[in-house]
Amino acid sequence: MVKNLFVRRGIAAVSLLAMTAALAACGDNVSADSSNNASSNGSSEKISGEFSGAGASSQQAAVEALIAGYKSLNPDATVNYNPTGSGAGVSSFLTGALAWAGSDAALTADQVEQSKSVCAKGTAFDVPVYVSPIAVAFNLKGVSDQGKHVNMDASTIAKIFDGKITTWNDQAIASQNPDLKLPATPITVVHRSDKSGTTENFLSYVKDAAPNDWQYDLSENWPNSVGQGSKGTSGVISTIKQADGTIGYADFSQVGDLGTVAVKVGDSYNEISAEAGSKVVEASPLDESAKGENRIVVKIDHNTTAAGAYPIVLVSYDIACPAYKDAKTGQFVKSWLTYVTSEQGQKVAEDAAGSAPLPSKLADKIAQSINAIETK
Amino acid sequence: MSSHSTTAALTQPAGGKRADKTFKAVAYACGILILVVLAAVALFLLFRALPLITGDQAANSETISNFTGGKSTNFWQYVGPLLFGTVLVSALALIVAFFVSIGIALFISHYAPRKLATALSYVVDLLAAIPSVIYGLWGGLVLVPAIFPFWNWVAEYLGWIPIFAGPASNPPRTVATVAVVLAVMILPIITSMSRDIFQQTPRLQEEAALALGATKWEMIKLAVLPFGKSGVVSASMLGLGRALGETMAVLMILSPGMTYSFKLLQASQSQTIAANIAAQYPEANDLGVSVLIGTGLVLFVITFVVNYIARKITEKATA
Repeated sequence: MVKNLFVRRGIAAVSLLAMTAALAACGDNVSADSSNNASSNGSSEKISGEFSGAGASSQQAAVEALIAGYKSLNPDATVNYNPTGSGAGVSSFLTGALAWAGSDAALTADQVEQSKSVCAKGTAFDVPVYVSPIAVAFNLKGVSDQGKHVNMDASTIAKIFDGKITTWNDQAIASQNPDLKLPATPITVVHRSDKSGTTENFLSYVKDAAPNDWQYDLSENWPNSVGQGSKGTSGVISTIKQADGTIGYADFSQVGDLGTVAVKVGDSYNEISAEAGSKVVEASPLDESAKGENRIVVKIDHNTTAAGAYPIVLVSYDIACPAYKDAKTGQFVKSWLTYVTSEQGQKVAEDAAGSAPLPSKLADKIAQSINAIETK
Repeated sequence: MSSHSTTAALTQPAGGKRADKTFKAVAYACGILILVVLAAVALFLLFRALPLITGDQAANSETISNFTGGKSTNFWQYVGPLLFGTVLVSALALIVAFFVSIGIALFISHYAPRKLATALSYVVDLLAAIPSVIYGLWGGLVLVPAIFPFWNWVAEYLGWIPIFAGPASNPPRTVATVAVVLAVMILPIITSMSRDIFQQTPRLQEEAALALGATKWEMIKLAVLPFGKSGVVSASMLGLGRALGETMAVLMILSPGMTYSFKLLQASQSQTIAANIAAQYPEANDLGVSVLIGTGLVLFVITFVVNYIARKITEKATA
């Protein structure tokens, strides 16, 4: 816990150091499972060289595990991922400094245009690689410590995070939870104080599902001054844990034993789980406005009524070129993305970061896009 | 044999002269080095903050509005609340730490039995050596949940004083809590320096006061405090300097906000410059880094101003 807190709160240099350390640590224990991994993927040729990516910090835990897994398949390849944040990752990708970038947001039309100068041919494309449910987590004596969930619809969530509902026994919450005995504890909202894709994805749910109760513009920064801000996911979680009556949003994998809100979908209240997060992605259409070859951008349907779906998810993309000036980089990116989006890679990410597996409906399309990468 | 060579060394002026020259050169070099370093830092800050002044103002205001979620678009609008927060937190910490430090220092120098005084001095010096991250972790993980009942009590009974207006935030990641942690951090520095100065009070003055019939407290008031005044002020300024630049402890405890607010018990009111730089730097782009370095420059200037004022006060006190 303390180490975790440290890593997230330190400045870039610190996290870079920690990552190198983590990589080194991973290098030691891959040998154990390398034999069975290698047999399954043994057909593909080995990649060697040093390659780096950067971007979304949300992917960090998953990518670290994936790098370790990838290295066991390609022992001569050195892969680095620098969690600089989505925006910074994409801009340095667009200068040609990176093999690939991770981003919580799809490319903009401008960025696609800019990528012409970096890619050897065509324009850059994005494929979803990491789906992670975002939990609305809370700490409330008598409820969360007994492992109970609280039911809420989108409008209630919006009002709480906008400071309109201020106590836990408010009629709006109580009416949806007839079985719970809610105390009169004041609600303390906890949100991210730094720029975050988690914030943007959470708010886009609130804005889509409760447009009348959420008037703010969408951004990676928290828009109002309700409650408390905390740096990083670990900061939000530790703040929620520190007091009775707190509520916040965070990556599902980090929530631990805090209570989570079951969100209203259709007529039922669905609890958070990796599979439920995967379901909403499956039920969502592709974003047709994303123009450019091979691009796969999911437009999350926050108003979905699909059975068992949990609508608050973060979809993170990897951004790559269809052809690289250096053929070796092309070979690497192709094999790396194939590994990341493979069933095996998704399993690695799920174990390490609690992410939701990519729905099979998308997997074929993604494989097509990745196969389009030229390696000669 | 050895005594002979020592006297020889003392009586031979030739070698001594060269040593004297070398030492003078080294001392000069050190003295100049510190000036060069200071100038280099100032130049670096200016140079990196330059895009803020000469660059595209539209891009600048976009970057700033990106940092603040659209709440401010102008550099001074951005740095104003940060500066206010920095000074507020540091000043509060100093107020809390100052009196406690003087108390501890006087206890060590004039009241405690020798053995206890030695042990206590040792502990205080040890406290000064603890890195700020440790204080930050302690503050964030232990003090924050533990101090809430106290702040809640303060808000309930002293809430009529505007700075203690309730409701007290829970968890109390507030200016008040940060000030307490910073006070604990700067306490050892102020204590340790004040103690050294109090101990140097001329015995004669102290005894003269006692001989005139002063009680122990009157003796301290008449002899010790006036003697130590300038030293205590510079000790406090050193402590204030540490509080002004403190990053990790603030970053780990404070829930940031961008207002000019004196509500010490409510979260999301203020943020300090140093903590803001640490918080925003990892995800800042080039222009964002310039803006942050610009705020750093402001902090640099403020530290100078504080030191200058301290110097003036000390001069007056000794005059």
